[in-house]
Amino acid sequence: MTTMLPKFVLLWTDAVMWALMVALLVYARMVWRSPNLRASWTLVFRDAAAFASAIVLGLCLLLTLLDSVHFRRALTTASTEATAPSVAYDTRTQSLLDVLLADLIDSREATYSRPLAYQSFTLESLTVEGEVRRLPPRLLHGGAHLSDPANQWSGDIARRVAGGLAIGAIVALLLSAWTVRGVARRQGWAWREAVARVWRDDCDIRWRAALMTLTGLCLLAGPALLLMNDYHLLGTDRTGNDVFYQALKSIRTAFVIGTLATIATLPLAVGLGLMAGYFKGWIDEAIQYLYTVLSSVPNVLLIAACVLMVQVYLDQHPELFETGAERADLKLFLLCAILGLTGWAGLCRLLRAEALKLRELEYVQAATAFGVGPWRIIARHLMPNVMHLVLITTVLDFSGLILYEAVLSYVGVGVDPSMNSFGGMINLARSEMSRDPVVWWSFAAAFGFMVTLVLAANFFADGVRDAFDPRARVFRARRTPAPVRAG
Amino acid sequence: MLSAIVRRIGYGVLILIGVNLATFFLFFTVNTPDDMARLNIGGKRVTQEQIDKWKVERGYDKPLYVNAARQGSERYTDTIFWERSVSLFTLNFGRADAESAGDIGHQVSSRMAVSLQLALPLFILQVFASTAFALLLVMFRQTRFDAWGVVLCVVMLSISSLFYIIVGQFFFSRMLRLAPISGYAPGLDAIKFLLLPIALSLFARLGGEARLYRAMFLEETGKDYVRTARAKGLSEPRVLTAHVLRNTLIPIVTSAGGYLPYVFLGSLVFESFFGLPGLGAYVIDAISNQDFAVVRTMVFLGSLLYVLSYIVIDIAYTWIDPRVRLT
Repeated sequence: MTTMLPKFVLLWTDAVMWALMVALLVYARMVWRSPNLRASWTLVFRDAAAFASAIVLGLCLLLTLLDSVHFRRALTTASTEATAPSVAYDTRTQSLLDVLLADLIDSREATYSRPLAYQSFTLESLTVEGEVRRLPPRLLHGGAHLSDPANQWSGDIARRVAGGLAIGAIVALLLSAWTVRGVARRQGWAWREAVARVWRDDCDIRWRAALMTLTGLCLLAGPALLLMNDYHLLGTDRTGNDVFYQALKSIRTAFVIGTLATIATLPLAVGLGLMAGYFKGWIDEAIQYLYTVLSSVPNVLLIAACVLMVQVYLDQHPELFETGAERADLKLFLLCAILGLTGWAGLCRLLRAEALKLRELEYVQAATAFGVGPWRIIARHLMPNVMHLVLITTVLDFSGLILYEAVLSYVGVGVDPSMNSFGGMINLARSEMSRDPVVWWSFAAAFGFMVTLVLAANFFADGVRDAFDPRARVFRARRTPAPVRAG
Repeated sequence: MLSAIVRRIGYGVLILIGVNLATFFLFFTVNTPDDMARLNIGGKRVTQEQIDKWKVERGYDKPLYVNAARQGSERYTDTIFWERSVSLFTLNFGRADAESAGDIGHQVSSRMAVSLQLALPLFILQVFASTAFALLLVMFRQTRFDAWGVVLCVVMLSISSLFYIIVGQFFFSRMLRLAPISGYAPGLDAIKFLLLPIALSLFARLGGEARLYRAMFLEETGKDYVRTARAKGLSEPRVLTAHVLRNTLIPIVTSAGGYLPYVFLGSLVFESFFGLPGLGAYVIDAISNQDFAVVRTMVFLGSLLYVLSYIVIDIAYTWIDPRVRLT
């Protein structure tokens, strides 16, 4: 018997996410080498809220990447020696995150259960000591390890929370110590001085805010990790699936839409915007006409029209995908492409105006005088000088798109219903909130995760805008870190 | 002035033609009427007869651009392109694709009244509330109040409008029973159905709008005329309302004017959550029924309103600021 390797499946969005990751690393290297960019990014991290948000977003990115390695398990078939070993693969496409959270997927209950419950939410007719009574039955998995749940439950939860907090605190302390040591090495400070300075928030960037965020996340993650395998941390939904798992999976969907859809706008927005501004004349007229036509249609309607057409196309061509996951992923990918193709007008307008200004500057005229061709001027002289606008717009759009996804899913043109997404969760929560008694946990989970993610994205975007937009700096007197020195 | 308006109307017609060509291409060339019929009838086994019947009922059995079987001008008028695309310009929307939906024009005119009742008060209140809140923040700029106000704005705009609706319905309709959960009644009774959606919608957009307006106000407060106004001894509220507000009106009108089309189109999410029979709910129904004719019509109507509202905004500029001349 040989262990068979799983068959790796590279979904469309996976490929793009990893390509994006590589691009991010290349950009990070570029920032490291260029003093100007480094100064700007230092400004971003001098904003406490932006730095703290970056930590939260980093964690979400990590989850997204874990959820972006997909494979289909090889099925162990009872192979007879005579026949050639043919390998069959599971029809389910799994990701690395699914493997880590395997317990959450397998522990499916019959229906609703409250967060951390050991009993079902609904009553059933059970026979107790010979008489039939309406009682909530025990859950199949949540709290199944307790022999006498009525007495043990609270103690077990308290023990796990305390243990989780302790583990979280230790991990946070180790990570903080490691970070402070790094800071001390870079700055050439002694260990105690480094600790004191980070504590007083007296560094070039706001390490204190970042480490506090990190500690908060560790303290949340510790109990969650200890509780999630034996209980349903955030309860279960109508079909008995773990809500915490759904929320974690939704992060990837939100992240993919936020990044992919903004990236998809860039080629058209940057290319056409710079061309319109640089060439002027009829090219400018044509491009202006194009984006005015595009922006004249209300965005939701345009997206709805495109998504409906894509749906018709996918229904006609079932040969494009092997499994349900691949179909859902292709739909997500096409949704991002549609969002990109319909959403480039705003940035294009902005870049056109900027290119109109830049083309009159001396260095562009000097380049023209030296006989540099128009395409080379656009690529080498205009593009680098509008990159800050592109960066700001990209980061600002990110959070808006996550919110937009929820609305689109509600309207019925969002992601595939089989794919976990915040929009889908809210959609289901709508009917749950009108039940009696109220099923609030799905809604609360979607709310908590989504607001955290969007809030972090917004604060980060504000930091990036303040640091990179020269206009924003003028009337925003920045608070210099910790000017007060007591004693 | 007049010639400028005429020129803008001309450009608007050009844009509408562009929108129409693009939607026609998207709906009839990327996917053929046969594909649409198959999807609309549904089910696995759809016979060609069923498809043909569906197409005849809706007039999709004609040729796309040129009807070679006809004579004279009917060669071009007896086609899908003429009946479904060109005739939109005369506001003749034709029949919906779904079995029960009926005439689109009738639906649009009756539903637009409902959407207006929701969106017009909302539009006016929105501009007032956002301006007032932003002015308050600017009044206390560079203080703790302003800083926390901006944080509040960011938190508010980070919450999806769906959350506002669900929580609002839960508290005000279910717990406190102050307003009906959903529904609509014509006449004065409509007020009690409209109050909650208007309030929630106002609240949902306040954060983003107020933050935007605050940035616009701050841009003005640094200018010389503001310093002059202060130097001559005007109080800060007077400086803000008389001078800064007046000069910020142009960007405010630009940003608020973007919502003008939606005053007529209504809100997709709010109307369907609160069961208001407006145009937004119509679109949602059309999308879930895969009624392409309605979606096409709404795309046209949306861009028509966009073009009209931009002409209105341009005229408003000259009215706000005498220095602006339409060219």
